[in-house]
Amino acid sequence: MARGHSLLAYAITRLVLAVPMLVVLLTAVFMILRVLPGDPILALWGGRTPPEAVVEDARRELGLDQPPWVQYGSYMTGVFSGRLGTSIGELYRGQSVWAVISDKLPATIELAIGSMIVASLVGIVTGVVAGSRRDTWIDVGIRLYGTIVWVIPIFWLGLIFQLVFGVWLGWLPPHGRWTGTDIPPQVTGLFTVDALLAGDLSRFGKAVAHLVLPCLTLGLVLSGFFTKTVRASMLKTVTADYSEAARARGVPERRVVARHAFRNALVPVVTVLGLQFAILFAGAVLTERTFSIEGIGQLLLNSITSKDMTMIQGVVVVYAAIIVAISLVVDILGAMIDPRIRL
Amino acid sequence: MTDALLSAKGLRVHYHTRRGPVRAVDAVSFDLLPGESLGIVGETGCGKSTLGKAILGLLPPRTKVEGSLRFRGQELVRLAPAAFRRLRGEELALIFQDPMTRLDPLMTIREHFVETLRAHDRKLSEDAAADRAAKVLRSMGIPETRLEHYPHEFSGGMRQRIMIAMAVVLRPKLLVADEPTTSLDVIVEAQILEILEALRRSYGMSLLLITHNLGVVAEVCDRVGVMYAGKLVEIGPIADVFRRPIHPYTQGLLASTIHMGTTELRSIDGMPPSLLAPPPACRFHPRCTFARDVCRAEEPEKVEFRPGHVAACHFGRDFL
Amino acid sequence: MLDVRDLQVHFPVKMSAIQAVGRALVRQIRRGRTDETPVRPVVHAVDGVSFALGPGEILGLVGESGCGKTTTARAVLRLLAPTSGRILFEGTDLASLSEEAMRGIRPRMQIVFQDPHAALNPAMTIGQAIQDPLLIHREVAAAEAKEATFRVMEEVGLSPPEDLFDKYPADLSGGQKQRAVIARAIILRPSLIVADEPVAMLDMSVRARILELLLDLKARHGLTYLFITHDLATAKFVCDRIAIMYLGRIVETGPAAEIFREPKHPYTKALIAAVPVPEPGRPRAQALPRGEVPDAIRPPRGCRFHPRCPVALPTCGWEGRDFVDYLEDRRLNPETARVDETRIGRPTAWTASGLVVHRAARPDLAKLEEAVRSVLALAPAPLREAVTEIDVSAGEVAVRFREPEPLEPRPVAGRSVECLLY
Ligand SMILES: Nc1ncnc2c1ncn2[C@@H]1O[C@H](COP(=O)(O)OP(=O)(O)OP(=O)(O)O)[C@@H](O)[C@H]1O
Ligand code: SF4
Ligand code: SF4
Ligand SMILES: [Mg+2]
Repeated sequence: MARGHSLLAYAITRLVLAVPMLVVLLTAVFMILRVLPGDPILALWGGRTPPEAVVEDARRELGLDQPPWVQYGSYMTGVFSGRLGTSIGELYRGQSVWAVISDKLPATIELAIGSMIVASLVGIVTGVVAGSRRDTWIDVGIRLYGTIVWVIPIFWLGLIFQLVFGVWLGWLPPHGRWTGTDIPPQVTGLFTVDALLAGDLSRFGKAVAHLVLPCLTLGLVLSGFFTKTVRASMLKTVTADYSEAARARGVPERRVVARHAFRNALVPVVTVLGLQFAILFAGAVLTERTFSIEGIGQLLLNSITSKDMTMIQGVVVVYAAIIVAISLVVDILGAMIDPRIRL
Repeated sequence: MTDALLSAKGLRVHYHTRRGPVRAVDAVSFDLLPGESLGIVGETGCGKSTLGKAILGLLPPRTKVEGSLRFRGQELVRLAPAAFRRLRGEELALIFQDPMTRLDPLMTIREHFVETLRAHDRKLSEDAAADRAAKVLRSMGIPETRLEHYPHEFSGGMRQRIMIAMAVVLRPKLLVADEPTTSLDVIVEAQILEILEALRRSYGMSLLLITHNLGVVAEVCDRVGVMYAGKLVEIGPIADVFRRPIHPYTQGLLASTIHMGTTELRSIDGMPPSLLAPPPACRFHPRCTFARDVCRAEEPEKVEFRPGHVAACHFGRDFL
Repeated sequence: MLDVRDLQVHFPVKMSAIQAVGRALVRQIRRGRTDETPVRPVVHAVDGVSFALGPGEILGLVGESGCGKTTTARAVLRLLAPTSGRILFEGTDLASLSEEAMRGIRPRMQIVFQDPHAALNPAMTIGQAIQDPLLIHREVAAAEAKEATFRVMEEVGLSPPEDLFDKYPADLSGGQKQRAVIARAIILRPSLIVADEPVAMLDMSVRARILELLLDLKARHGLTYLFITHDLATAKFVCDRIAIMYLGRIVETGPAAEIFREPKHPYTKALIAAVPVPEPGRPRAQALPRGEVPDAIRPPRGCRFHPRCPVALPTCGWEGRDFVDYLEDRRLNPETARVDETRIGRPTAWTASGLVVHRAARPDLAKLEEAVRSVLALAPAPLREAVTEIDVSAGEVAVRFREPEPLEPRPVAGRSVECLLY
């Protein structure tokens, strides 16, 4: 252990550290939503005077009439015991915030993970190919791809896909999350996973089919950035000293690229990948719109328009938890690749 | 005379750059005998490393290589990449200056060895490969328990031992060592030189030692070649070149080297030329105190002034 | 002029927050059974260094990479804060001086760095770089500064200065850049110059000229140099006195001529013997010290050179770790490796903790003790004789070493040596 490559010790430590990180983030959320801008209710109404009843509701629901430390205490205990309060907006008034969120969350998670898979697969493959064949026509083509995809608006690409694959060719459902009576028995809420749990491959296929277009849209748009990052990283690692030394020992070029250059190129990329994944949740809002998927991105937008303070807080808390989880996974992935950062 | 293991004839290496060809190695000829150790010395940028890379076929794409480079009778210039790859590691090996960056930080030492051995013998099992690795490492003073360690857990000297162990694990005929001890401390340097010597003796391997340290060459090599601005200006038995140098550049280099016996400081005026546009005729003429018109007009021929002692200077005879 | 006493500089080891927490946890779990993982490890870069430098003298700090030469220099210039000790420069103790008070001293002491390429700002012309200290510290008029700059440029051989003044570092050769760095260092007419490997990055044919320049400037301006180098030949030629450093300590210091003629400290001997000499046919150094400079995070006990010293005594500081290292060495021989595997266990099964090294043995303590005795009997004499007892109790076998003899620099043949042989 003292020698410095225990992955397990690293993972455990990192897991332990996720707790204070979550607390810090949640505290930040608390500060921003409640303490900083004065009265959050009035702030939401943007200067106009809200109806008396609304203000009352909010005050009671959020405990705004109490001193800040009492608010903080009940907020924290609430969050950690899964009690996020009840909605005070028009759409979900009186419903449990957690129930609403857990209804919408799976859609977004499926979208995010699906897009991430698309983005990293496409981005890494193109980046590796371009980076290891510098200045060939294939590299030029991929660089062009990276730039174009990077600037394309999500709406536009989404619409094109809907039109081509959904309407003209009719291969895939053009929009919406899978609804209806034959959805798999709910366990996790993620249709793909639930279908697999039920051992039902045809429903799994159907669940995937619904995901393809939105994930492709969001994934391709994000892949441009990955392509560029991976390519830049590969340019350095294919000519790095250790790669040259491997060639000098007669290691075949393919293996030099696949083992030495590629894995070392991943070290900086993994961090970026994690950041992108977090940002992707923001990108998901647009995709959810375009494909009319009822996810938490949409929910957040709706809660802002309907001035649903408790719901906003609930969604932001969930985002905070997701960010903590992502950074945990990213750090552990990083340590799996790179022995130097282990314990 | 025995047949040369490696024989360069009019070897030229021109790098491709935006500003034109860089003539890093120009019309270089020499023979290297089996079991012999030849030193190549010269200042920064004179083309020493380029020569080493050319022998291993490790030059960047679009580099122009001309002339002839025969290894055990086989022509290496324009050898097919697949054939060259097989030679590397098996017959020809290369170790580098900076052991800190030459090992892949994400792979254990064992993985490095297994990869190398498997690249040349696909049927070799992983355990058999590790066994061979353990044996060579042990002979370099590294216990096999350290096979599972990662490069960052070793010191510089240890890493260089590992690099050497990996280079010689397949018993190559020729080891090219490019500044193998430059980044190491003197005591470790001496340890590494001792290892190289021992390997040469026990495997009958030839050594091409590239360095700018004249002391290292004097301790290890049988013969030495001096490079200046891409040209091999002098080559001969170590004692002749060091005690009775012929080429004015060699004279200057020896005189300006600060060593334990230095009593007065000397230096060569000016600085080495750019290899994009080297001076015509004798490349050393702008800095040479003996230069005359002929040096600016005609390239000096290589002349064997003493048995095996060749220099390229119009006035070599004057310095005998 | 410069008098450094018991200088210590320790650096905290850089690590990520996760590693810091993780180590603390591991340590907690292991409950101090080992000294392997200090919770807050520090690098003992300089650990009790004393030397004095008279006016007009050149003192060489010589040693291998990582022995603390550069750190000592930087501490002397107060480019970093010493952990403890005194640095008396022209009567003032710099060690405790505030940054503000240092500003008044700075013009009197200047540094020449190893890497001239990194020492010059690429966006500044050579002239600007050289006159910069003048403008900062002396607040002279622009015209006057330029004139003074021309003068030093001539002096360091950057001529014609009119042409070079407006050139950028990229247009200059390495040697010229180093001249510019030297010009910048002397423009304020300092009394002390710290030269940190000033020629290491330069080509052989240029080195001599830069050294010549430094010697010339010294003669002309009565400069004093603290000259740092790992190259013994350069040190021998340039320095009046030298201090040989090893792992944060000065092991031998005295007149350069004396030390090179007849080194006393075993490390100095080894160092000088290992330098390759461009003299064909000369016999190679025999019996090199084994291994490399150990980690400065946990320097060896007693004499820091003891694990490598060819003439070490039992009192030189043998400790638990050395026993583990010895077991590692036995692994190099397949024969002894096989014997040890079953009888002694892997080296990692042993836990070193200060002067003790121990291993738990469940079933058969007596057998283990017996094996340890037989292995020790074959160990190098100093290690073997440093063992005070082999303790069998509480389910483990512990080997205990004697306390090291205290070390201090002693005068030996016109110099000062820190070694128990004297
Ligand atoms: N890949 C490359 N492309 C273009 N020019 C190059 C390349 N590699 C080296 N050069 C140039 O070729 C010349 C010879 O370089 P080389 O590395 O062979 O010199 P060297 O003698 O090994 O120097 P050093 O002592 O610094 O290692 C130099 O002018 C260098 O700038
Ligand atoms: S040929 Fe002329 S210029 Fe060249 S080294 Fe000889 S004397 Fe000097
Ligand atoms: S004190 Fe002297 S003899 Fe003992 S180990 Fe140190 S250098 Fe060697
Ligand atoms: Mg080189």
